[in-house]
Amino acid sequence: MTSQGKLIQKLAFACIGMFGFAFALVPLYDVFCDITGLNGKPSLEQAKVSDTIDKSRIVDVGFITHIQNQAPFKVSADQAIVSVQPGAMSKVVFKAKNVSNESRMMQAVPSVSPGLAAKYMHKIECFCFEQQALEPGEEADLALMFYIDTALPLEFEELTLSYTVFDITQSGQMGSSQGASK
Amino acid sequence: MNSITQDQKDSQEQIKAQEGVITTEHDDSHAEEHHGPAKGLKRWLYTTNHKDIGSMYLIFSLVMFLIGGTMAMVIRAELFQPGLQLVDPHFFNQMTTVHGLIMVFGAVMPAFVGLANWMVPLMIGAPDMALPRMNNWSFWILPFAFAILLGSLFMEGGGPAFGWTFYAPLSTTYSNDNTALFVFAVHIMGISSIMGAINVIVTIVNMRAPGMTWMKLPLFVWTWLITAFLLIAVMPVLAGVVTMVLTDKYFGTSFFNAMGGGDPVMFQHIFWFFGHPEVYIMILPAFGIVSSIIPAFSRKKLFGYASMVYATASIAFLSFIVWAHHMFTTGMPLAGELFFMYTTMLISVPTGVKVFNWVATMWRGSLSFEVPMLFAIAFVVLFTIGGFSGLMLAITPADFQYHDTYFVVAHFHYVLVTGAIFSIMAGVYYWLPKWTGNMFDIALAKWHFWLSLVSVNVLFFPMHFVGLAGMPRRVPDYALQFADFNAIISIGGFAFGLSQLLFVAVVYKCIKGGDKVPAKVWEGAEGLEWEVDSPAPYHTFETPPKIKD
Amino acid sequence: MGVVRFTLWLILLIPQLSFANSSLNMRTGVTDISENVYQLHMIIFMICCVIGIIVFGLMFWAIFHHRKSKGVKPAQFHESTKIEILWTAIPFVILIGMAVPATKALIAMEDTTKADLTIKITGSQWKWHYEYLTYEGKKGDVDFYSIMSTPQDQITNKESKGEHYLLEVDKPLVIPTDKKVRFLMTSDDVIHSWWVPDFAVKKDANPGFINEAWTRVNTPGTYRGQCAELCGKDHGFMPVVVVAKEPAEFDAWLIESQQEKQNAAQADQALLSQTLSKEELMTLGQQVYMSSCAACHQPTGLGIPGVFPGLKASPIALGDVNAHIDMVLHGTPGTAMQAFAKQLTLKQLAAIVTYERNAWGNDTGDLVQPSQIKARLGGDE
Repeated sequence: MTSQGKLIQKLAFACIGMFGFAFALVPLYDVFCDITGLNGKPSLEQAKVSDTIDKSRIVDVGFITHIQNQAPFKVSADQAIVSVQPGAMSKVVFKAKNVSNESRMMQAVPSVSPGLAAKYMHKIECFCFEQQALEPGEEADLALMFYIDTALPLEFEELTLSYTVFDITQSGQMGSSQGASK
Repeated sequence: MNSITQDQKDSQEQIKAQEGVITTEHDDSHAEEHHGPAKGLKRWLYTTNHKDIGSMYLIFSLVMFLIGGTMAMVIRAELFQPGLQLVDPHFFNQMTTVHGLIMVFGAVMPAFVGLANWMVPLMIGAPDMALPRMNNWSFWILPFAFAILLGSLFMEGGGPAFGWTFYAPLSTTYSNDNTALFVFAVHIMGISSIMGAINVIVTIVNMRAPGMTWMKLPLFVWTWLITAFLLIAVMPVLAGVVTMVLTDKYFGTSFFNAMGGGDPVMFQHIFWFFGHPEVYIMILPAFGIVSSIIPAFSRKKLFGYASMVYATASIAFLSFIVWAHHMFTTGMPLAGELFFMYTTMLISVPTGVKVFNWVATMWRGSLSFEVPMLFAIAFVVLFTIGGFSGLMLAITPADFQYHDTYFVVAHFHYVLVTGAIFSIMAGVYYWLPKWTGNMFDIALAKWHFWLSLVSVNVLFFPMHFVGLAGMPRRVPDYALQFADFNAIISIGGFAFGLSQLLFVAVVYKCIKGGDKVPAKVWEGAEGLEWEVDSPAPYHTFETPPKIKD
Repeated sequence: MGVVRFTLWLILLIPQLSFANSSLNMRTGVTDISENVYQLHMIIFMICCVIGIIVFGLMFWAIFHHRKSKGVKPAQFHESTKIEILWTAIPFVILIGMAVPATKALIAMEDTTKADLTIKITGSQWKWHYEYLTYEGKKGDVDFYSIMSTPQDQITNKESKGEHYLLEVDKPLVIPTDKKVRFLMTSDDVIHSWWVPDFAVKKDANPGFINEAWTRVNTPGTYRGQCAELCGKDHGFMPVVVVAKEPAEFDAWLIESQQEKQNAAQADQALLSQTLSKEELMTLGQQVYMSSCAACHQPTGLGIPGVFPGLKASPIALGDVNAHIDMVLHGTPGTAMQAFAKQLTLKQLAAIVTYERNAWGNDTGDLVQPSQIKARLGGDE
């Protein structure tokens, strides 16, 4: 092949490579955000219980739920705020109710603010991304068990965990892409 | 050294084989007869000649400029007064969206490609582009792509209405089914740009005349070389993200949908990873044009040639690490905001160096003010103003007040209209006599310049004020305190739009006829393109020229 | 250092004298942060002006004095490493000087801790929803929609425009002055952006995610802003209005609002046993239709073909009444048809459905009562 042909080949590969790079940005984005916690997506892996508890400080964790698009669910935490010591386990129960006349399926997606604190929130038990089927009027107790990593930087005194609740009845088997464990 | 390289021989063989033209060396292995260009429609459909293709790109770009400009007139007509008078908000959103898409992908980029096609081979002493048949394809898929895009405006549901930046989920879940056509059109435009970029790189790397070393290349060639690398790097990323929009909308993926584990902000990251280098793609060739014109009419060499090359390369490199300055309000953490603030401020340094170098070129030169020089000088002042508003936007805390207001609209119109578009017009006025053999109607051209200069500032300068005062962008109506300035802006808009008809007239007249010009049209002009006849013969530099030291 | 401070003070003095709060410039606003932002804006603006004057000054000097027509012969120089290094280094140093105060301001803006009041803001097409979460440790328990209240007739030029055209809402957000207020933003559908220029607060509302911002207002008053991210058809018609009251007044307002909420819930309960007349339903229905539905479905009920379906002679308005009610209550996810269940009272919902089924010649004769709406909502809604 002439050197011209080789150059063309290189450039064509560069193009294809950059197209692939665009798609590679998707998992790369997640990896980067996982490591740095930059987008507030908390880690979805089941965490191990912490060995130590930092008794010198308290972190306030607030819970809010947002029902997306006024879907006919009521979801609320039994406590609006818990004050915890980093390392100490906490359990919060969310009551979820289907207030419509039909069977529905809901899914809760978590988001933590400030985003950088997200990677310090370890969940032992969580209903994030799980599909929850509810009959009309049925109520379910969804548990969240978590602890805050002792390595949480000192400047973070308050965290907010927000669950956005989606009605996925029509989409059927969507979501649960993270394969989150309870 | 006058021997030509094997690659150049190969290219020349290719060209001869396609066009059946013999050189004066009477090569008997090819056709006996001497063909000129074919006649009629077939000439243009099948041409592989860089001059023909360059002309087609330029005329296409002019038509697109007028169409996109008409949409701007619709926008300004609606915004002339508060209240909704002429169009409904959904159609207004289509106008702002398609105006942006057409100007970016249909006017500015094809114009620069057209100028590259015409001028790069001439400037490096090559007989044509490296890949002439691909060149033909690169052009002809463009009208096809834009027919699809413009056609979608007339379909039920209307054309794209989510801004040229098509953020998800507005463009995915909340758009109509015609979005597929938008995606298809963008893919085709991207393929055209990528093929063009490959062609430019291979041409410049392989087909320079002997003695045309890297540091002798005209700045226009350098800036296009670097631009072509940017295109190869980022157009595929645009293709990727627009494909993700397609699959999110029609095939159940969740790249940008939180319900499925995705993130709408990720769209913005991927888009702007393309989008920021894209705006430098739209300005680097402009820098090259201005760097050709100012020395010519100052009768003085470009100041700091080497720095100009390095500055262009630095800008290109830095353009990859500033993208999130379009996203300061998305909820980025502090570290991200600081990083992108610093890199964005940094990119103003090499850009400033270029401006200083142009002024230093003029300083103690022997200046004359022909029409190309008028546009080039206007570029230096007005692009710099656009650069200043860009620097202000870089300051993140201040950006919270500027973002998504008319202040941003003012900024990018200064750098794109009085920047890129003025440089294109400067280039056209500079090289039109070379292409046609005729001098254009100078009086009419001067009218075009002065009317454009005044009206463009009446149009875009007050946008700084309404933006600072709090008017958001992409709105069909506004609160009463913005009314007076909007009326002024609209009047400037109509005046600017009408003034461009003068440009059409000048170009048309010049093609038809005019005072004959010599090879060296302008007294101070330097470069290989001024050594061929005016009009440039259909085939030039079939034997490579001798490069002076 | 003293020289730098003095120069900065000088630079800031000039604009204070002439530019502050003119209609040409950014406003100084009513918070410490907004004033800080204004100063940063003026500093960078002044730096740009100075550089511009020098550079353009030199260029225009050359244009006037270095002309061929004056017989000037061109000089031969075309490089100077020394000068080039200088004019690369000097701007670089100026930028560092600028980056320092900008960094400080940004750090201050991102610190949302220790707020007195936390409010959840939800953007949707095309209105805002405010929910008071906690105030000084207690639950807020007030929430409401904030919808643009400029009448369509003003927009379509049938009536003359009011003073706060496009910048007025039915229920503004009310916050106390001198307290740190924290905002948690999210969206129900597409990306919106909540912006109040007087606070220098602008933050995107992303669907499925939560963003934080904060402010501390120094001066009581009414402050107006707009949505700052293209969100569809009525992006220009979803204003933000915030009323800042002295803390004592705010406390009173909060208590009053909590009371109102309870009263409204009771009134709704009482309605369930009533049967409203056709006249009452149609009158109220038309009123609510004009303010909540007509922007898309049009006063004529004809909609916009291909974009918003018409209701006149539509299968939904003429068909099964329960399906019609469900459509209004729950909307159609993935389209611009919102769920109105939470935005409107039972009485309003009943009135709208009745109106849509009987207006424009639809004439089904159906009357929908609040109790029917309640039944469709199910549960203990």
